Amino acid sequence: MAQAATHDHHDEHHDEHHEHLNFFQRWVMSTNHKDIGTLYLVFSLLMFFIGGSFAMVIRAELFKPGMQLVQPYFFNEMTTMHALVMIFGAVMPAFVGLGNWMIPLMVGAPDMALPRMNNLSFWILPFAFALLLSTLFLPGGGPAGGWTMYPPLSLQSASLAYVVFAVHLMGISSIMGAINIIATILNMRAPGMDLLKMPVFVWSWLITAFLLIAVMPVLAGAVTMLLTDKYFNTHFFDAAGGGDPVLFQHVFWFFGHPEVYIMILPAFGIISEIIPTFARKPIFGYKAMVFAIASIAFLSFIVWAHHMFAVGLPLGAEIFFMYATMLIAVPTGVKVFNWVATMWGGSMTFETPMLFAIAFVILFTIGGFSGLMLALVPADFQYHDTYFVVAHFHYVLVTGAIFAIIAATYYWIPKWSGHMYSEFWGKMHFWNSVIWVNVLFFPQHFLGLAGMPRRIPDYNVAFANFNMISSIGGFLFGASQLIFLGVLIHCVWFSKKKATDRVWEGARGLEWTVPSPAPHHTFAIAPVIHDEELAHGHVED
Amino acid sequence: MGQQHDIYYVPSKSQWPIVAAVVMFLTVFGAAHWLNAEPGEAGFGKTLLLIGFIGILGMFFGWFRSVIHESMAGRYNSQVDRSFRMGMMWFIFSEVMFFGAFFGALFYVRMFSVPWLGGYGHGVLTHQFLWSDYAASWGNGGGNGPGHVGGDFETVAPWGLPLINTLILLSSSVTVTIAHHALKAGHRGKVLLFLGVTVLLGAGFLFCQAHEYAEAYKELNLTLGSGVYGCTFFMLTGFHGLHVTLGTIMLAIIWLRVLAGHFSKEHHFGFEAVAWYWHFVDVVWLGLFMFVYIL
Repeated sequence: MAQAATHDHHDEHHDEHHEHLNFFQRWVMSTNHKDIGTLYLVFSLLMFFIGGSFAMVIRAELFKPGMQLVQPYFFNEMTTMHALVMIFGAVMPAFVGLGNWMIPLMVGAPDMALPRMNNLSFWILPFAFALLLSTLFLPGGGPAGGWTMYPPLSLQSASLAYVVFAVHLMGISSIMGAINIIATILNMRAPGMDLLKMPVFVWSWLITAFLLIAVMPVLAGAVTMLLTDKYFNTHFFDAAGGGDPVLFQHVFWFFGHPEVYIMILPAFGIISEIIPTFARKPIFGYKAMVFAIASIAFLSFIVWAHHMFAVGLPLGAEIFFMYATMLIAVPTGVKVFNWVATMWGGSMTFETPMLFAIAFVILFTIGGFSGLMLALVPADFQYHDTYFVVAHFHYVLVTGAIFAIIAATYYWIPKWSGHMYSEFWGKMHFWNSVIWVNVLFFPQHFLGLAGMPRRIPDYNVAFANFNMISSIGGFLFGASQLIFLGVLIHCVWFSKKKATDRVWEGARGLEWTVPSPAPHHTFAIAPVIHDEELAHGHVED
Repeated sequence: MGQQHDIYYVPSKSQWPIVAAVVMFLTVFGAAHWLNAEPGEAGFGKTLLLIGFIGILGMFFGWFRSVIHESMAGRYNSQVDRSFRMGMMWFIFSEVMFFGAFFGALFYVRMFSVPWLGGYGHGVLTHQFLWSDYAASWGNGGGNGPGHVGGDFETVAPWGLPLINTLILLSSSVTVTIAHHALKAGHRGKVLLFLGVTVLLGAGFLFCQAHEYAEAYKELNLTLGSGVYGCTFFMLTGFHGLHVTLGTIMLAIIWLRVLAGHFSKEHHFGFEAVAWYWHFVDVVWLGLFMFVYIL
């Protein structure tokens, strides 16, 4: 492997500066996929704690029936901002950061295809979130109509313009990030890295990037219509002018449902990397895994109205969207069974990434099952807008997406930092997280089935016990993430234990052939690929 | 793809991305502040918006200048060229989806919400209880909804200016293609002529559209506030007009670059990217002509 020396820089003005960039040059003017990936990941971690603190406010208010700590409007701001920050600030940038760091390493590329645009797509985000979070301090308050921004409620918000423009910025960032990832995967692979030899994580990102480019502009269109309805006298969502508030829901969820898969497909990819490593077996059914991701992505475009069953859709639409939604269980089932089959008969060890990956498989599947229940139109009339929905999407997003991101961090951080994290504290983090997250969200299923509505700061005393249990779980789950922070800080700056190049005994793939920590520039000359080094080198046709 | 290169190219660090992020932020922050200002309140929104907008123009100028310099210096290999091509293709795809949102809104109001308000199909009760005297129709008389918002209006006749604009855009697609073939054949004079004609056609289109808008507001009483007819009409044609404006500016810049001798027979991706964009704008117009004006 000739990845070390000849970084071809072609720049007579800047070449000599290259090895001693100052702080500003290195982090703000970067064209390096590893530095930009790190920026994304650090930003995402910061947003994870900010969004998490909003969640703590919500659970504190809901600890007991009656009004406890905050005003109802502030409570609504918290539910809205928690969602916006976690979705657009924590989960999506974390996946883009992981993709930035790992995709070039996994396909044997020196960097992303369009490195400067890569830097721009990151640097838009801090400004977008400054704009979004600043609304909390505005007279009139921040957005409080839910992250879905349904009119006419959202049109009453004084901060609508700020939110709309923040969403535009996030959309621009996501689209540029996605274009970059597609161009990298299709154009920058090393010779011999055929499409069907790529790691599943790379495949999952290729398909996710396509979804992003397809639906983020639709979200931009939807929020633009909100903006003109509020400020420019249009009537898209006003029945008196011939419009329809439900139109917004259609356009929004045409974005929103693929968005759900944007937040889970890269997680599928991560789990498909980790399980083979610690089961010491190649992934079971590599091609089936790839095609399952593609099928899920396709289906995600024709199921959006299952978020709107209770809004008064024609019967034919409800039946179509119900069946189309249930169809998604088939490719998802393929994936779950293949993960289990990969573990079956493997010589498994249970390091922290593997623990999180196994928890993902089990708990994400629970979220999938409650999703199937919600897909049934008659049942959904009962579940709609209750805590059952809250429990469902937190199982797929927290124990799904977030657990996968945490698993990926433990899995790859030795490659990033060159040091091993503390396995003991990693396991402490895991067991605390996995126990308290269930204490947090499992009772919410019962609350929802009993009829407790979402997004309300007060509730019937009948719901008191489960809410208190849920809040205790919430506080402890939140506190458990401080262990994560401690492990990360320790690993990056204090850990004495050097990581080997391969890091994990069972790890396969190009990213494990470079030193740990990965040098600032890797694969400046295309690596020679040996199929037996790849995770999926011997795909049967 | 991506397999016949010896050495990779990674561009040097650049200040333009962070400049771009800052000026984009200033623009939208200014715009939001302006929109949110109380009537009569001065505020700094407009100023900030203006600064941000000028900053965006400056950023594009600076960023593209440095890319053009690097390209002229021969730094970019065929792999970089492919990355640029993919970037432009997927950017145009994202634009298609953006227009898709507004076309989707148009189809929804025409097929569902307006007929439902008139009592058809799913909307029978809404009609009966809220607006039992509303007879659903599109265009004049019903297109501004049961509230008759914005008052009586007339629609723009498709076979006048819109037809002329269709012919203008279609011929501009032909002229830009002729210019492209001329560029590949190395006939610079012909390129300048036909590209120049394309720019003029784009400007002509914009002139006609401005005229059409003025007429709609003054004589037809068709405004952005004329219910869903007015807002779908102006938002769709307006966003298209913005894209034509952008495309015309890009074509004009390419014309200057041809004049400056930036393009060779083999390497002229800047030209091709703008030509793709122009064809995309053209295709969107055909959709508009069909669904907004004729049907």
